[in-house]
Amino acid sequence: MNPNFTIPRFRLPDFVAGIGQKLPQWPHTLVLVGALNAALKLKLLPESELTVLEDKLFRVRVLDTGGEACYTYRDGLFRPVFRAQREPDLAFAANLSAYLQLLSRQEDPDTLFFNRELEITGDTELGLIVKNMLDAIELPSLSRLPLPGRQ
Amino acid sequence: MLPLPDLVCPAGSLPALKAAVDNGADAVYLGFKNDTNARNFAGLNFDQKGISEGIRYAHTKGREVLLAINTFAQAGRVVDWQRAVDTAVDLGVDAIILADVGLLDYAARRHPQQRLHLSVQGSATSYEAINFCQREFGIRRAVLPRVLTLAQVEHVIRNTSVEIEVFGFGSLCVMNEGRCWLSSYACGESPNTVGACSPAKYVKWDKQPGVMETRLNGILIDRFGDDEPAGYPTLCKGRFDVQGETYYALEEPTSLNVLEILPEIIRIGVKAIKVEGRQRSPAYVTQVTRTLRAALDALRDGSERYHVKPAWHAELAKVSEGNQATLGAYNRPWR
Repeated sequence: MNPNFTIPRFRLPDFVAGIGQKLPQWPHTLVLVGALNAALKLKLLPESELTVLEDKLFRVRVLDTGGEACYTYRDGLFRPVFRAQREPDLAFAANLSAYLQLLSRQEDPDTLFFNRELEITGDTELGLIVKNMLDAIELPSLSRLPLPGRQ
Repeated sequence: MLPLPDLVCPAGSLPALKAAVDNGADAVYLGFKNDTNARNFAGLNFDQKGISEGIRYAHTKGREVLLAINTFAQAGRVVDWQRAVDTAVDLGVDAIILADVGLLDYAARRHPQQRLHLSVQGSATSYEAINFCQREFGIRRAVLPRVLTLAQVEHVIRNTSVEIEVFGFGSLCVMNEGRCWLSSYACGESPNTVGACSPAKYVKWDKQPGVMETRLNGILIDRFGDDEPAGYPTLCKGRFDVQGETYYALEEPTSLNVLEILPEIIRIGVKAIKVEGRQRSPAYVTQVTRTLRAALDALRDGSERYHVKPAWHAELAKVSEGNQATLGAYNRPWR
């Protein structure tokens, strides 16, 4: 990828969220949980801090796509939660562009939070642990990723 | 041509340390994962393995690693702070940044070869205080609290042979550094005792339609409309009702930014410029480090043609807390 490529701040048109809310939420939940478990498998997440996540309910809401995913961490694996019976312990809400900027390490979560582009509610300390855990991940070089066809 | 000051950048994680080194920091400062440092936040900071790897990475590229043990040893647990000093020496950090005079004394006697810096938390604002620490503990550098005007900083530099480090960028607080108990007033814990201001477990963000409230241990700190910028949930940055008027009674969330006065800072002989923000992510460290590096490099050939590029201001404004960047105390008319 071009190192000078930057993800712009954008907001999808309102009708997208209108449609997105009516679509099934399981596909992106499975994708998210799959990605988190792949990170576990690569030992990218520190074990000492994972224990704090045990049985906590997380919700990630993408405001402008109308999508949301709930998941928990139990017995060493992230697991999807399709019919959450309670309020999440920690909830994130932001537009798609903010998540992309965060994941690509282009923007700092505090910056997005100050600018009201990222909303974090629930257990603040849990939120800080998750944020710092993600920050501490050493992104592996592509050669270490278990991509299909790569030995 | 004057020598450029060192650019000293923060790291709360290994990716942040590497970001600082890769983007032009001369030194990176960090802390242990415990209450011996004043950014003792959940999930942040380094274990010994991480520090070793960080030192290896920095030294390979000719940069320094400074370790902050900048809280005050607590009664009955002094040995924890002393062990932290011993561990730092064993790990081979380039300098230890200390605030507690008892600990400075321990470090100076036990490890006379180790380079020691006086932390901003040591709250030394006069050359007399700094020269005292040089005479008694052999400190090589002092980090000045963010309360002095530029003229006062120059006065200190002219009267000491200790290297002087000043802050160049980052969130400002009430800056009663090393002596602030506001956080303890609200929740019984403060940077000086547990290593964290307004610890996250006491913070509650409550989002309702159109408004977000933030509370610190139940005390309402602020209430933000949907399009208002938010700040850190500390007492000093809250808006309070004072005699019928609601406003930032102590201070408005603000960031320090010295780009405009960088030539002056170099002229008066500042040895190092520090960036605040070990609690921030690698993205912040990247943005701030590369911006200040570019500004310093622009001064390498003298200050005649130096001007602050709008792109630098834009990059720093984006990551700032609060709507405004200031020169802090550096340019205020009163003392």
